[in-house]
Amino acid sequence: MSTNTRSTDEAKPLTSHPRAHNKGTSSTTTSEEGLIQWNELMPQDNPIPYIRVKDFSFFYGPKQAIFDVNMDMGKNRITALIGPSGCGKSTLLRNINRMNDLVENVRHKGDITIDDDSIYDPSIEIISLRKRIGMVFQKSNPFATSIYENVIFALRVAGRNNRKELDEVVERSLRGAALWDEVKDRLHSSAMGLSGGQMQRLCIARAIANRPDVLLMDEPCAALDPIATVKIEELMLELKKEFTIVIVTHNMQQAGRCSDYTAFMYLGKLMEFGTTQQIFTNPKVKKTEEYVAGKMG
Amino acid sequence: MSKNPEIKAVGTAFQSGSRAGENFVWLTSMGLAIGLTLVTSLLALILWEGLTVFWPQRVAVFQLVDGSTAGIAGKTTLAGEVVDYRTKVNHVIGKAFEQEYQLFVGNKDTYGFNFKFVDANAIKSKEYLNDYIVAERLENGRLIGVPVAIAMKDGSTIPANSPEFAHKLEEMVTGYNAQRAKILRIEKYRIGDINYEMEGLRLQEKGVRRRAAGDKAKEEAGLAPIREREAQLKKEYEVLAAEAKALRDGLVGNNLVLRLAGGEEYRQPIGAMLEFYYPNQLGFFGKVSMFFHRMWNFVSQDPREANTEGGIFPAIFGTFVMTLLMSVAVTPFGVIAAVYLREYAKQGVVVQLVRISVNNLAGVPSIVYGVFGLGFFVYFVGGNIDHWFFYESLPTPTVGTGGIMWAALTLSLLTLPVVIVATEEALAAVSRGTREAALACGASKWQTIQRVVLPSAAPGILTGLILAMARGAGEVAPLMLVGVVKLAPSLPLDTTFPFIHPERKFMHLGFHIYDLGFQSPDAEAAKPMVFATTLLLITLVVVLNLGAIMIRNHLRKKYAAGTF
Repeated sequence: MSTNTRSTDEAKPLTSHPRAHNKGTSSTTTSEEGLIQWNELMPQDNPIPYIRVKDFSFFYGPKQAIFDVNMDMGKNRITALIGPSGCGKSTLLRNINRMNDLVENVRHKGDITIDDDSIYDPSIEIISLRKRIGMVFQKSNPFATSIYENVIFALRVAGRNNRKELDEVVERSLRGAALWDEVKDRLHSSAMGLSGGQMQRLCIARAIANRPDVLLMDEPCAALDPIATVKIEELMLELKKEFTIVIVTHNMQQAGRCSDYTAFMYLGKLMEFGTTQQIFTNPKVKKTEEYVAGKMG
Repeated sequence: MSKNPEIKAVGTAFQSGSRAGENFVWLTSMGLAIGLTLVTSLLALILWEGLTVFWPQRVAVFQLVDGSTAGIAGKTTLAGEVVDYRTKVNHVIGKAFEQEYQLFVGNKDTYGFNFKFVDANAIKSKEYLNDYIVAERLENGRLIGVPVAIAMKDGSTIPANSPEFAHKLEEMVTGYNAQRAKILRIEKYRIGDINYEMEGLRLQEKGVRRRAAGDKAKEEAGLAPIREREAQLKKEYEVLAAEAKALRDGLVGNNLVLRLAGGEEYRQPIGAMLEFYYPNQLGFFGKVSMFFHRMWNFVSQDPREANTEGGIFPAIFGTFVMTLLMSVAVTPFGVIAAVYLREYAKQGVVVQLVRISVNNLAGVPSIVYGVFGLGFFVYFVGGNIDHWFFYESLPTPTVGTGGIMWAALTLSLLTLPVVIVATEEALAAVSRGTREAALACGASKWQTIQRVVLPSAAPGILTGLILAMARGAGEVAPLMLVGVVKLAPSLPLDTTFPFIHPERKFMHLGFHIYDLGFQSPDAEAAKPMVFATTLLLITLVVVLNLGAIMIRNHLRKKYAAGTF
């Protein structure tokens, strides 16, 4: 799907899925399974559903990790996935760019679409899919080359070697990751000389260098100190103007501070999904309440 | 401090007794200590014995007691370098306290031997006379004697006590050395080039005859230009040969007259002398400079006299080139194999079997690799290449015989398991996060391996290469089958087109040690050379390894991912 079609897409309101629609009548409906699909607690917010997870189940061998998840993630919004360890939130995130395909013996049911393109469409190459999706990992993992080469890695593997273009991309991406001022004088020195926070922002710069549509962040601040964390969070608020961001976090405050929507997962099931304000102030499901209050997890 | 004395007592006993269970520290440290002791004593022995070879010894002159038969040819004076002074066991009378000297007396052509053992109690006096001279010669080892005069070709003489004697002798020896170098250049390079071309013409002739297939006219037409060129080359050769002969004739005629220790007169052609010195007149710095001079000669010169004299340059060069060729062959092969095994192959029983087999290849006796190399590379591959490309020169093999290339390939098979195992380990050590980062950027699997995984694994791969080089450079047995020779007339790299000669046989330090120590006619004379050669082989391996370690450290700094 090209940028062109996306931009001409009519901005339809972010609503629940047809299936959820059948079950629920209005905004914050609790389905029979205790599943809250979508709400309109923020009526002024009207995002386009960009990533849609449809009846998605996922298995590691015989073990089912995700059970029939349905959710929409809005365009240019930050969606946070929270839940105790092993609840499947990372698995869900890593499925969006099919990173989990690397694991042996996995299979899935259901579908995930990005801008109405199924990620499992056999005509879509997995590499071109990943080019549309940037990813930032829990442990910052810059390559052991220069800062410059790190940022343009995605362009290099795509065979784009125009010096002028690369220079522009490096500056734009590093500015985008709020790192430009700190490293502009040593672009060609090793990325291994950066501090932990700088490395993570470098990884963000690398993830956004190829202008993806989606940015997946898997606990990006887990290994960072509070000051670096704040920087990354501010950065996320800036980045959401351009990208659709999905973030997995263990940090309640972080989810509360920077996300627009929050999904609470438990034992592979999506327990509750709503605006962040609603999930944190007025959770409908008891498990959610316990978790956000720190009684569980 | 505990208030309860019992607890304290128990604690102390526990502490001093078994040291909180750390008594195996002794076992492990003992293992290390024994290993270190063995290695250091071996290295120290080689270092000491290998270096003292080059230190100029003084010449001692012994007067024997009257009527002693311990001397040479009944004479009671003998001179030589003291090699050893030791207690000998006389088994006949069962006494173990007799002392004896081992002397290097030189003058092998006169005496028939180089070394002489003399009982200490047969010696009346021992002194170091300043007028003794030691000369290195082209043949028959070193000469030890007292110079009397230079007998010139024209009949005139310069007596040794005249002031110009030493200067004149030095001048003549230097002049003759230069002359010999000139002869060598003519014979080896210019005549060598002619021979090379003649050989080519001979092959062409054979080809013409074969193609003509009995057609006389055609044969004549094809042979005419060859004959013409042949005649031309022959003329050139005759000119050069005459030049060389003239130079050679100029070498003879002038003799150095000496008196040996027993009083015999000896005439040494100065044209066959390489250098000379007065060992008992050398001061400390003189000896030091002599030491380095001899060491340099050893590493830079060709061997003489069945390898027992002269240098070992061809062996150093052969070992070096062979090891480099081996590394060049084994690295890509091993790395590619390991990448497939670790990155692409589906991990399962088959891969595990392959891995076990590769590991076990490291345990196959090296001579088996030699036999394989001989059968596969030399006879099969080389033989077929000969058949296809060098048909004219058959039945003389061109590449179908042992050569440095086949030796390098055989050793690369031998060291392949080391490289594969090390590379696999290095690849496994590249973190999953790094791979995922590359994949998430849209890189294909191959791009990930090529751009991220292999650079990160490079230091580990080099560690494997270092081990492989150390193993390969010291290997002897397989090489004896696939191309090592006792004396190689020419190096595998030289100035003759096409400069690199992978088909040539070569010399190798390891084989050289074997040859000197166990195949030499005079084992006693070759012993110092064995130590010196061993020292050089170790030095060469260390130098090669240091090179690889430097590259590895550079890479580590560059790819400092902290995985190693």
